[in-house]
Amino acid sequence: MKMNITKVLLLLAAVSGGVLSCKPKNAGDASASGNAQKAYVAPGKYDEFYNFVSGGFSGQMSVYGLPSGRLFRVIPVFSVDPEKGYGYSEETKPMLNTSHGFVPWDDLHHTELSQTNGEVDGKWVFGNANNTPRVARIDLKSFKTSEIIELPNSAGNHSSPFITENTEYVVAGTRFSVPADDANGDVPISTYKQNFKGYVSFISVKKETGDMDLAFQIELPGINFDLSHAGKGKSHGWFFFSCYNTEQANSLLEVNASQKDKDFIMAVNWKKAEEYIKAGKGRKVKANYAHNKYNEKTHTATSEMKSEVLVLDAKSLKDICYFIPCPKSPHGCDVDPTGEYIVGSGKLAALIPVFSFDKIQSAIQSKAFDGEYDGIPVIKYDAALYGEVKKPGLGPLHTEFDGKGNAYTTFFVSSEVVKWNIKDLKVLDRAPTFYSVGHLCIPGGDSKKPNAKYLIAYNKITKDRYIPTGPELTQSAQLYDISGDKMEMILDFPTIGEPHYAQAVSADLLKEKSLKFYKIDENSNKYVTKGEKESKVVRQGNEVHVYMTSIRSHFSPDNIEGIKMGDVVYFHVTNLEQDWDVPHGFAVKGAVNAELLIMPGETQTLKWVPDRVGIFPIYCTDFCSALHQEMQGYVRVSPKGSSVPISFSLGKTNAVANK
Amino acid sequence: MKKLSLIIACAGMFVMGACSSDSSNQSTESSTEAVAGGQENVKDDDSQQDVVKVAVGSKDHTTLVAALKQADLVTSLSNAGPFTVFAPTNAAFDKVDKATLDGLMTDEQKEALQDILQYHVTVSAIPSEQLQDGQSLGMVNGQNVTISVKNGKIMLNNAATIVASVRASNGWVHVIDGVLLPPKK
Repeated sequence: MKMNITKVLLLLAAVSGGVLSCKPKNAGDASASGNAQKAYVAPGKYDEFYNFVSGGFSGQMSVYGLPSGRLFRVIPVFSVDPEKGYGYSEETKPMLNTSHGFVPWDDLHHTELSQTNGEVDGKWVFGNANNTPRVARIDLKSFKTSEIIELPNSAGNHSSPFITENTEYVVAGTRFSVPADDANGDVPISTYKQNFKGYVSFISVKKETGDMDLAFQIELPGINFDLSHAGKGKSHGWFFFSCYNTEQANSLLEVNASQKDKDFIMAVNWKKAEEYIKAGKGRKVKANYAHNKYNEKTHTATSEMKSEVLVLDAKSLKDICYFIPCPKSPHGCDVDPTGEYIVGSGKLAALIPVFSFDKIQSAIQSKAFDGEYDGIPVIKYDAALYGEVKKPGLGPLHTEFDGKGNAYTTFFVSSEVVKWNIKDLKVLDRAPTFYSVGHLCIPGGDSKKPNAKYLIAYNKITKDRYIPTGPELTQSAQLYDISGDKMEMILDFPTIGEPHYAQAVSADLLKEKSLKFYKIDENSNKYVTKGEKESKVVRQGNEVHVYMTSIRSHFSPDNIEGIKMGDVVYFHVTNLEQDWDVPHGFAVKGAVNAELLIMPGETQTLKWVPDRVGIFPIYCTDFCSALHQEMQGYVRVSPKGSSVPISFSLGKTNAVANK
Repeated sequence: MKKLSLIIACAGMFVMGACSSDSSNQSTESSTEAVAGGQENVKDDDSQQDVVKVAVGSKDHTTLVAALKQADLVTSLSNAGPFTVFAPTNAAFDKVDKATLDGLMTDEQKEALQDILQYHVTVSAIPSEQLQDGQSLGMVNGQNVTISVKNGKIMLNNAATIVASVRASNGWVHVIDGVLLPPKK
């Protein structure tokens, strides 16, 4: 009891800035004051927002509803998902192909919704792979991963997948500088300064189709690139990246990358870069990277290996990149809705610097430089600075905006979200998080038009916040109502691990166009079976292709014989349903990969190599109907050299195969 | 200690409402919501029609549809199925004594109506070509219907003939020219 009172006291003291007053609305702690009503979405009612949350080390992206915090879907992106057959079906395996071969896992840190004119347009959401550098595009009609492109000359794709205001480009910046792919990489690590380079990549996105292409890379000094955001409005045409480890340390960065008082925000004039490319200033460099696309008509992914990338050298082209000093290992790099203010958050800084786009332009004009860093001009700090938010909190990380002149910054060390005014740089409000907040999200909070009803803080550590589940605990999201002057926490919900950045969009923009099923007439999968009468089993040497259909509540065929040891069997299962929310699953005993989960109208293929003679059941795994449990069949496997012919049937026995 | 009593006072006031703000009773009104009721109310103009929608869309089945509603079977038949519905036409119902039919449509005889309608439904999606001469089908009401196939004509209990078949998302609708009456139990 004594403990609790102390906690309440501390909490109230914290949120009221030391002045105790009767403001229950600002009590901050939902468990204490509670305003669950605001987050309550009654049964059958819809949420107002979709929240696309990065899945961190799960490699996936999750979709929550706001304000309820209900989890609706986990979209497999960079990691295999046996539940959906993603990365296991023959059709989806190419999505995870890379220059390293098939990679079954990655670490997805940031999500970014596509924009038109600086506003969220609801077409696609992008995600980054942090480990084996890639960018993915997810379609917001099917909520499936449509495309993944690998990034050469990169390692640790962290400052990604942030976009320009018309989604002209998605960017990616390498966290780890490394020797270029076409250079000799067999060098002592201690030669970092000589041999390691940093690259930022610009991936073009086609306006209608979303097709991505690695347009160009900019070669930079070997430092760490951390986060980024595009200019908008007046600063459209520029991109800003936070940079750390300007010490160029290659070991114990915890100490050695914190030596300098200031690292950099890098400003990139990408319109200028485009001009140089047109003028032929880029050089084509040998590279090897995968470009994978999922075709919604064939329901099949293809992977193409690319062999070349266009590189611009920032050092020789003096006027595309500029460094701006930024205190202490900046992490977040966020641009306000007007495009004028660039907020750099130094993880170890005791203040938040706010840079002015206009001042940066003047500084460049007047060459207000403080020399160069490895050939890149360094703008004088004061010449770029609009002002500093003094003593905002400890460990500033990320900032989002409400479009009303305010910024909200997360503080990892002091576990709080701080609201401050951009113009006068005054702190307006503080709300504690439980605990150790990383990113935050306001719907449209990095766009020109935020929809600032809610703010969601994504916490790294939960400790005692929920009933415990052993050593590994959930991460959490905390929802605040920010429609008033003060932030009010209204909900606290667990998330799949680990949420980093997230974005949210009004449900109205997406829900009407959400796909219900695939039209069977348009299915052009190589192995589609468009009706039960077409179902068959075909032997081609030691390959056996089963053209199978599923519909409530049977497979056709459901009895298959004549498979022999040494055969490789492909079950091509077409779901004939043309009805909303009626997927069928497919599983075969002893399969060493996964199940298939086949959407209505879709064809998916499971490869199966029988490992023993016998009878193998198959069944539907997704409860489809009252006779789901009847949706089953048998496959007979005979010894090698057996004379049992291929045969298949539905509803009868011993039907002999057509040739 | 002084602070603590302030908090308690404040908390007390909050509970009493004196210190609460206007927000405490606000509910989140989402702009849209799922339609109330069963699956028959799901708004979906894209998917293949289910057996209920097939019947509703037929001019020849207004009596059947009215009876399904009266018997509270619409929600069940809008479910995933799989169903085979033997759907008597209006003309088939017209063959039933009018007083009997009118009586069945009253609340007092709802159970009897349910029994008759459930005798027209089996839980399994059976295309006509899978109906065999002499086959016995277990119907939802617990009794059986016997199939006979003669000269390509499929009859049920020798009382009704299948005159058309329509594939629905959740099964089959076989249009029949007579009403099937469950055998006396």
